[in-house]
Amino acid sequence: MKITRLIALVAAISLLIGGLAVAGKDFDAVKKKGYLQAGVNGGVFGFGMPDAKGVWKGLDVDTARAIAAAIFGDADKVKFTPLTAQQRFTALQSGEIDVLTRNATRTLSRETQLGLNFVTVNYYDGQGFMVAKKLGVKSAKELDGATICVLPGTTTEQNVADYFRNNKIKWKPVVIESTTELAKTFFAGRCDVLTSDASQLAGARSVAPKPEDYVILPEIISKEPLAPVVRHGDDQFRDIVDFTVLAMINAEELGITSKNVDAMLKSKDPVVQRFLGVTAGNGAALGLDEKWAYNIVKQVGNYGEVFERNVGPNTTLGIERGLNALWTAGGLMYSPPFK
Amino acid sequence: MPRRQNDTTAADPPLVPFWHDPAKRGMLLQIVVLLLALGVGYVLVANTQANLQRQSIATGFGFIQHEAGFEIGEPAIPYSAADSYGRALLVGALNTLRVSFTGIIFTLIFGSVVGVARLSRNWLISHLAKVFIEVMQNIPLLLQLFFWYALFYEAFPSPREALNPLRGVFVSNRGLIFGVPIEHPAHGWMLIALLAGIVLWRLLVWWGRGLQERTGTIVPVHRLGIALCLLLSLLVWLAAGAPTAMNMPVFKGFNFQGGMSVSPEFSALLIGLVLYTSAFVAEIVRAGIQSVAHGQVEAAMAIGLRPGQVLHLVIFPQATRVIVPPLTSQMLNLTKNSSLAIAIGYSDFVSVANTTINQTGQAIEGVALIMVVYLFFSLSTSAFMNWYNKKTALVER
Repeated sequence: MKITRLIALVAAISLLIGGLAVAGKDFDAVKKKGYLQAGVNGGVFGFGMPDAKGVWKGLDVDTARAIAAAIFGDADKVKFTPLTAQQRFTALQSGEIDVLTRNATRTLSRETQLGLNFVTVNYYDGQGFMVAKKLGVKSAKELDGATICVLPGTTTEQNVADYFRNNKIKWKPVVIESTTELAKTFFAGRCDVLTSDASQLAGARSVAPKPEDYVILPEIISKEPLAPVVRHGDDQFRDIVDFTVLAMINAEELGITSKNVDAMLKSKDPVVQRFLGVTAGNGAALGLDEKWAYNIVKQVGNYGEVFERNVGPNTTLGIERGLNALWTAGGLMYSPPFK
Repeated sequence: MPRRQNDTTAADPPLVPFWHDPAKRGMLLQIVVLLLALGVGYVLVANTQANLQRQSIATGFGFIQHEAGFEIGEPAIPYSAADSYGRALLVGALNTLRVSFTGIIFTLIFGSVVGVARLSRNWLISHLAKVFIEVMQNIPLLLQLFFWYALFYEAFPSPREALNPLRGVFVSNRGLIFGVPIEHPAHGWMLIALLAGIVLWRLLVWWGRGLQERTGTIVPVHRLGIALCLLLSLLVWLAAGAPTAMNMPVFKGFNFQGGMSVSPEFSALLIGLVLYTSAFVAEIVRAGIQSVAHGQVEAAMAIGLRPGQVLHLVIFPQATRVIVPPLTSQMLNLTKNSSLAIAIGYSDFVSVANTTINQTGQAIEGVALIMVVYLFFSLSTSAFMNWYNKKTALVER
C-alpha cells in the first residue's frame, strides 16, 4: 500500500515538474516578466559592449532595444547578459535569456541540432585576418607556420581550420575564451595573427594600444550572416523578433528616421500609414501594440541610423555599408512588405 | 503487507510488531529511500528528455564519431581538424592528465622543500617560506594564472628576437624551444642499460645492508648505484658510435621549426598550479613533521645519527602517515583546478568539451563527459593514495 502511494506521489511530482517545464510560451513569459533578457557580446566594440559610463552600446544591443520597444513600447525595458561564444547557445536553450543578439552566425547545424531559430540577418559579415604590419605579410596564403589567436566555439574556429587545411598551410591555434583577453594576448605578440569576423577585427584594432601598427589582410574566407536567435517552440515570439529587424530595414527603405517619424505619421502614403500603425492591422497580427514599429524607429532608429551610430564610417570602427547597404544601394538588406 | 504479518504470526508469535524491530525497520527505511532516489532520478531523466524533444535539441552520443573541424594547440597524440570529436576529447583528456601529473610531481617536491624550510632554524629561510606560503594561499589561483601568463607574453621577446641562453635553447613569447637528439637505435639500448643499472643498484643496496649488519661497514651504495647507471648508459652510447645528431630548432618564417617546445600556456598553468598547491602542501608537510614527538629526534641524535639521517630514517617515516591523507585531497584539488586552463588558452579537457558542446549543442552529454572524466581522474588518484597510505601506515607490533 505504501508503495502504491509512493508511486502515485512520484507520478504527481513528475506531472508537476513536467507541467512547469512546458507551461508559458516565451512571449507570455517575457510580457509577464515586464522586461526582455537579451544575451549580448560584452566585449566587441560597436556590437555589444558597455561604454565608460556602463551604458550598453552597439548594433546588437540596439537590436535588442528595438525588440523591447516593439513589445513594451519602451526601448529601456531590456536587461543584458554578457556571454562568451561558448556559453551563448546553452544560455538561450536553458531559458536564461529570451533572445540572443550576439553576432551569431546562422548555420544549418545550429538551426537544426541546437533547437534554435535564427531570424533575419542584422549584419552580413565575413572572416578575416589581422597581422602586425612589421611582419610584412600581404596575403593569408603566406601564413604558413603562423600562430593564430582564435575564439573557441565559433564558426571562425572551424573556418580557419577548413581554410588552412584546404590550402595545406600549417598553423597553431591559441584559443582563449574571453574576447578581450584574446585581443590582449594578440597585441602583446603571443600570436602572429588574430582571426575573427572582419567587423570584430576592426573593433579589436580600434581599441589596440597602437591601431596603426596592424593591418587586416584582403582575404575574406567565409560568409558570416549574423542574426538574432530565439528558441524553437514559440512562433509568435520568433515573428516579433524577426519583424523587429525587418521593421528597422523597412523604415530605412521608406525614408523614415527617428528624426522625421512624427512628421511621417501625417504622411498620405498608405504604405507608411500601415507601417507606422496609423492604419491598424500589423500590430494586432503580431499581438503587439499598433504603434510597435513607430516605437522602434522613434526610440532606436532605422537600420541605417543604427549602423552609422555604432559601426559606420564616422565611428572609430569606420566600416562601410558594403553588403549591409539596402538592396537599392547594392547591398543585401531587403524587407518584405509590411501588410 | 497484512499477508506478511500473518506469515510471521503463524511461524513464531513475535514479541514485538515488525515496525518495532530495528533490523526490519532499518531495511524498510532503506527500501523507501532507494525508491525515492530512483523516483527522483526517473523524474529528472524523463523531464529532461521530454524538454529536449520539445525544443528539438539533438540527443545521444552519436556526435562522438563526427568530424570535429577545429584544431587543438598542443596535442599529445597526432590530431587534426579532420579527426572525430572523440579523438579531440581524448586529446583534451591527455592534456589535462599531462598538466596534472607533471604538476603533482613538482608540487610534491617543491611543497616538501618549502615545508622543511618553514621549520628551518635559519631565520631568513623560515620567514621566506612563511611569506611564500601566506602570499600563495591568499591570492586566488585564477589571478595567479593571469599573472604568469601575462608575464610570459609581456616579458619575453618575439620569436625573431628570441633569447638564446644556451646553444639550441630559445626563449620567446612562443614558449621554450630546445633541441632534442634525433631518434637513433642506440637510444633503445641505452634505456635497457639504464634499467639494468637500476636492477644492479637494488642488488647493491641489498648487499650493502647485509654487509652493514654483519660487519658494521657502511658502503655508499646509492652513490655507487647512480654512478653505475650512468656509466652503463654511457658505455652503450659509446659502443653505438656516439651518435650526436640533434634536431635543432631553426627560425623560419613565423616561428621556430624543429626541436621540442613547451608553450607559454602550459608553462603558465603548470607554474601557477604548482606554486599555489605547494603552499598548501608545505603546511601539510610542516604539520606532519611537527607531529613527530621531539623525544624521537633527541633519541636519534643520542645514538649518533647525522641530521640528514634523522630526517630520513626517523622523522619522515613517522610523518608520512600524518601527511598522506590531506596530501591526497591537495592532489585532487590540483587536478580539478587545472580546468582553469580555459582562461589562459591551454586546451585541457574542459576547454575541448566546451567547444564540442558549443558546436554540437549537446550540453548535457558534454557536461556528463566532463563529470565522468574528472571522476575517473579523482578516483584513480585517491585509490592510488589510499593504497600508498596503507603501505606506509605505522605497523604496530
